[in-house]
Amino acid sequence: MQIEVEINNNKINAVKGQTILDALKKNGIKIPTLCRLEDFTPTGACRLCVVEVEGMDNLVPSCSYPLEEGMKIRTHSQRVIEARKMIVELLLSNHPDDCLYCERNGNCELQNLAAELNIRERRIAGKKNKAKLDLSSPGIVHDPEKCVLCGRCIRICEDIVSITTLEFRGRGNNTSVSTAMNKGLNFSSCVQCGQCILVCPTGALHEKSYFDLIQETLGNKDGITTVAHYSSSVVVTLAEEFGLKPGKQIVGLINAALRKIGFDMVFDGSFGSDIYVMEQAAELEDRLDKEENLPLLSSSCPAWIKDVEQSYPDLLPYLSTVKSPEQITGAVIKRYCRETENKSKNDIFSVAITPCPAKKFEAQRQEMAQKGIPDIDVVLTTRELARLIKLYGIDIHALEPESANVPFNKSSSSGKLMASVGGTGEAVLRTLHKNVTGTDMTYPKFGKLRGTKEFKELSLQVGHHQLNMTSVSPLKKVKDILPDIRNEGCHYHYLEVMACPGGCVNGGGQPFYTESKTLRDRTKAIHNIDEKSAVQFSHNNKVVRDFYSQYLGEPYGGESRKVLHTQYTKRDILL
Amino acid sequence: MARFEGNTTRDTIIKTLLEGNTEDMDDKGREAIDRIKGDKVTQPVISLSHNTASIVAGADETFDAIRSYLEEREIDARLDVIGSLGLITAEPLMDIQLPGKARVTFGKVFSEKVSDILDAVFNNFIPKEYVLGQHFNELHEPWENINYVNELPFFQSQKRVILNNCGRINPGSVDEYVVNGGYRSFLMAIRNYTPEEVCDLIERSGLRGRGGEGYPTGKKWKNTLHAPAEKRFLICNAGESDPGAFMERMIMESDPHSLVESIAIASYAIGAQKAYIYLESEYETACRRLQNAIDQARGYGLLGDDIFSSGFNLNIQLHQGAGAYVCGEETALIASIEGKRGMPRPKPPYPSHRGLHNQPTVVNNMETLLNVPVIVRDGPAWYKQIGTDKSSGTKVFSISGKIERSGLVEIPMGTSLREVVYKIGGGVPDNKELKGVLVGGPAGGALTYENLDTRIDYEELKELGCTLGSGAVVVMDEHTCILDTVKYYMHLLEEESCGKCIPCREGTRRMHEILENITTRPREENGSFTLQRFKGVINLERLAHVVRDTSLCGLGQRAANPILSSITAFREEYEEHIFERKCPAGVCQELSTFYIDVDKCTGCTICAQKCPTGAIVGSAKKPHFIVQERCIGCGICYDSCKFGAVIRK
Amino acid sequence: MENNKIKKILERYPFVERENLIPILQDIQYEYGHLTEEAVKEVGNYLELPASKIYSVATFYSKFRFQPRGKFHLKLCRGTSCQIKGAEKLEKKVYKYLGIMNGETSGDGMFSLEVVACMGCCGLGPVMALNNRYYTEITEDKLEEIIDDYKESEE
Repeated sequence: MQIEVEINNNKINAVKGQTILDALKKNGIKIPTLCRLEDFTPTGACRLCVVEVEGMDNLVPSCSYPLEEGMKIRTHSQRVIEARKMIVELLLSNHPDDCLYCERNGNCELQNLAAELNIRERRIAGKKNKAKLDLSSPGIVHDPEKCVLCGRCIRICEDIVSITTLEFRGRGNNTSVSTAMNKGLNFSSCVQCGQCILVCPTGALHEKSYFDLIQETLGNKDGITTVAHYSSSVVVTLAEEFGLKPGKQIVGLINAALRKIGFDMVFDGSFGSDIYVMEQAAELEDRLDKEENLPLLSSSCPAWIKDVEQSYPDLLPYLSTVKSPEQITGAVIKRYCRETENKSKNDIFSVAITPCPAKKFEAQRQEMAQKGIPDIDVVLTTRELARLIKLYGIDIHALEPESANVPFNKSSSSGKLMASVGGTGEAVLRTLHKNVTGTDMTYPKFGKLRGTKEFKELSLQVGHHQLNMTSVSPLKKVKDILPDIRNEGCHYHYLEVMACPGGCVNGGGQPFYTESKTLRDRTKAIHNIDEKSAVQFSHNNKVVRDFYSQYLGEPYGGESRKVLHTQYTKRDILL
Repeated sequence: MARFEGNTTRDTIIKTLLEGNTEDMDDKGREAIDRIKGDKVTQPVISLSHNTASIVAGADETFDAIRSYLEEREIDARLDVIGSLGLITAEPLMDIQLPGKARVTFGKVFSEKVSDILDAVFNNFIPKEYVLGQHFNELHEPWENINYVNELPFFQSQKRVILNNCGRINPGSVDEYVVNGGYRSFLMAIRNYTPEEVCDLIERSGLRGRGGEGYPTGKKWKNTLHAPAEKRFLICNAGESDPGAFMERMIMESDPHSLVESIAIASYAIGAQKAYIYLESEYETACRRLQNAIDQARGYGLLGDDIFSSGFNLNIQLHQGAGAYVCGEETALIASIEGKRGMPRPKPPYPSHRGLHNQPTVVNNMETLLNVPVIVRDGPAWYKQIGTDKSSGTKVFSISGKIERSGLVEIPMGTSLREVVYKIGGGVPDNKELKGVLVGGPAGGALTYENLDTRIDYEELKELGCTLGSGAVVVMDEHTCILDTVKYYMHLLEEESCGKCIPCREGTRRMHEILENITTRPREENGSFTLQRFKGVINLERLAHVVRDTSLCGLGQRAANPILSSITAFREEYEEHIFERKCPAGVCQELSTFYIDVDKCTGCTICAQKCPTGAIVGSAKKPHFIVQERCIGCGICYDSCKFGAVIRK
Repeated sequence: MENNKIKKILERYPFVERENLIPILQDIQYEYGHLTEEAVKEVGNYLELPASKIYSVATFYSKFRFQPRGKFHLKLCRGTSCQIKGAEKLEKKVYKYLGIMNGETSGDGMFSLEVVACMGCCGLGPVMALNNRYYTEITEDKLEEIIDDYKESEE
């Protein structure tokens, strides 16, 4: 129902029941918010969005208050501005004054608010909360002192990822965001997907950085070969960090930049994705033939793997044994590069650039090391790569695109598809089809596995197999289909799980974004790459084929199972 | 189904009473009723008031003393417990009723006084030094020269509508409640009225919510009754947890059945089949008695399925709070019952549409509900004539602090505070001067002596920045420092803030710190510290306004009340603290300066030994001195001097 | 804390409803004096709630504690009336004398302090309770005396 309301003395038309904030936004009035998360019920916690409504005693939170006919609203009266300013000053009075040293310096919502509200003087001061910095986790750092208790991380952790590691602890000004029993993140149920980082307005949650180690190694190589390899999702998101259009593919620039930084070799990590697809397609076929341990659960997402280990250990046999694409790349580099380069493997310093703090965690897993030497030495997120590029004074706009080093310089678009949700299933399906029928699919695009639905299902006939391919993202959706999986007569054959909503393009290590369009652009970019690609199938990637014949033998064969596969075990964690 | 206390005949009698078929009752039945009611007793009845206040004062010991007295002397008497009359300063209270004689109440009956009093009474003599008064009953022969309890100044100006049973009946006995007219209103409601009609009655009575802003109760009920729903819930908020408020606990301990009846009527009116009573877990006695009352009511078929064949079902569940003041706010209370953190959420949507488990829910303050049976019984017209035009009915207060008689009082709306403080409370003890009154607990406000003629109703108090709130009235005398008291409230609010919204979470802490700065002596009075202190003072009022303006729930919105109202009322005292660094009441010890009276000092050296900063110098057996530059004003010397030689200025 | 004891408490709540969370925690604390990780885990399993939620709820309410109570549990009234009559000094005194603040237990496990809302005896304030025995009109000296008595009774 259309109603008329008055905003700052201007009459506007609006829809009854719409929140004041939505109406203001539509009419081009910007109201600061802090606790608001799009598509979530407003909590009304931060009070920054308050406006003055005629006839009301107190200011009204515009994020939750519904519009009513004839309302007279003032959004920037003296009273309102003073209130907002005071609220931010109150936050600042309990905030460490170390902006210059902060992860989020220059990219902090609190900093922006203070600037927008023209806070130039410390009017309120007092005792600040002291809290321990939680550095226990290899992927995520939690700095409670910087927390403004907006609760966004908690909501994401519960409502999107559904791991519910983070919750409020205590009350009043002793409230903090904490895990159960206030354990370090590494000892908690946290799967380190990093979605909390993406929504954190300040530096309270951020990825753990290993810059020192990189710099030191690059600066003092001493016979060490430094290798960098990047995941396909990084290719379509890094551009945002340099003010370029979301979804712009800058793989050539990344290669150039990494070389400029000083890496001896730069590899396209999608190569690992192609191998992952080869292995998993073979593994799936094997299980289909034997009719055991179905559905096959994808294993590319380290957050999902940890969730299986701690929450659903009964599903461990169903989990694919293939390592994640990044770990495959890492394992392959450390094992076979030495043969081509003739160097002992300790002499390779391998840096993976990924969209994901959980990859940092994964790289440190026991399963991902050989004789105590990790397959990947350091994992960087997309955001960190941008910082590294800036640190080494590289003007990315002035670079000429370069290609990656041989042998891992070519990949199929299937491998790249894995960056968006549904892509893994699609890629595996393509190769499975070839393996089973001996021919390539003529139309290898599956709309049913694409799009924003949380659960996607595709049924089709591949040779003599009637297949049900499914894809789930974000992680919370797994809980809903869990009974199906555990059910004796489960009719799914393959389940792809991505912890982050939308897959790796929306990973916890990706650039911060505010508009949902950004995410769509990234996904579109991945699909465009596939559309235009000359090599759409992993098995048609010549480099991959050569690599198999030279080193690995058959997919899912003896050597590859030794190098590219692993087993996971149950974790005992307070859930 | 379990039957409680007594035999079948007693059950039958009560059932008959409840059914309203009193004509069928035989003489035996009538006799029994008279006996239960206390109109005709055949043996001496001794009733000891047993409630938290009297237990703290020593009622358990008194009870044992009475029992052993009776046992030793083999006296055939009934020993009963009753609730509280509300006069806390006189606890433990003991009532004695001899057959045929009027019932007499004794005050401050500590165990050692028991035998004195009982010896006398059993010899038909009333020891005047212990007596409070006798109770009027036309069937009883009055004692000579003993005044009546309701003529005592504490009771004279009160109008007891909802406290009527308190301290008169045994809270553990449903029978006593029933013979005194209990549950009649409930049965009347479910038999004679539709839920809509009950809501109408309440609406016409003008009853308003006692807890907060005074929203019309009838209207609230109708909103819920008309909201489309699968289920509806009633929640009775009896968790005051306000420091200085003990009214709800006292009533629950003294007359639990009237709360059960009130809830039953309200649930019927809004179409709820399940009701919750939220109370503090500390209220062990209250909790026990309420649970007992609920069980007894169920035993008589007053709760459960198809109550008295009306088709109405109701279950009442107790929910014990786990210590959170903010749960006084309705949405926080709902969250708490749902098993969540008791944090409020923005309204709208209001609980009347989306409350407990997202179903329409009425959250009523306990005192509000207690008015309901009275309104159903005596009609809205009768009720409306009590109190004022816009605020009908009575209001219960717990008065405490620097006052002669503290306790539970019920007065008609519109009574002046002066009457409450002086006439009922007896004014300030020890001829001290009354400085002001804190009304409504931490969320309330401060009133000065000049404001005492304020009439107690919603509108007048709101004008002064106060709310009726918890009904706590705390009296301050000249030795109470207003800043110290406000600081204490602020500290409490700081601790009780749920931490959800920024203005309340950070604002209460900063306001508390600013008050702390004003009332203590800074460690060093150098430039930046002084600047910070003054900045705080300048911003205190502004901060308080923002906290009031923007906080999410009532706790935050009212957190600034004590500051804003006390700054208005006691501005001078603030200024004295800030500019002259003096506390006129002598409470903010750190602001005091200490001197040693050379003539009185014996040189015992105790003060010098205890001084934490070594600010006292002097040799043994010679007068000592305080080095002012080193003194931090902690006052340990003042407290430890045995000769009164330390002087505070 | 024994596992099956917690299970026994859980059996009192046949319905798996979140509404039961606070009552269950209260029962466990009533039985054991405090809550433990074990309890959080068991209750979480039973009510199908993440441990973080249970911990979160338990830390919100001031009555729940994760530290064992002292052998002598001191309850101090912080009602307004007691405050005006000097209760705050007593809290400080306890801190000075025993080194514990609200919600804490002394290192030797002897004393713990809980500051509670009005105990309902405003006329006789300041009031305190030690292991449910009430003491009225407490002064700093009297407090010291009472604590000493208990200390001595232990020696």
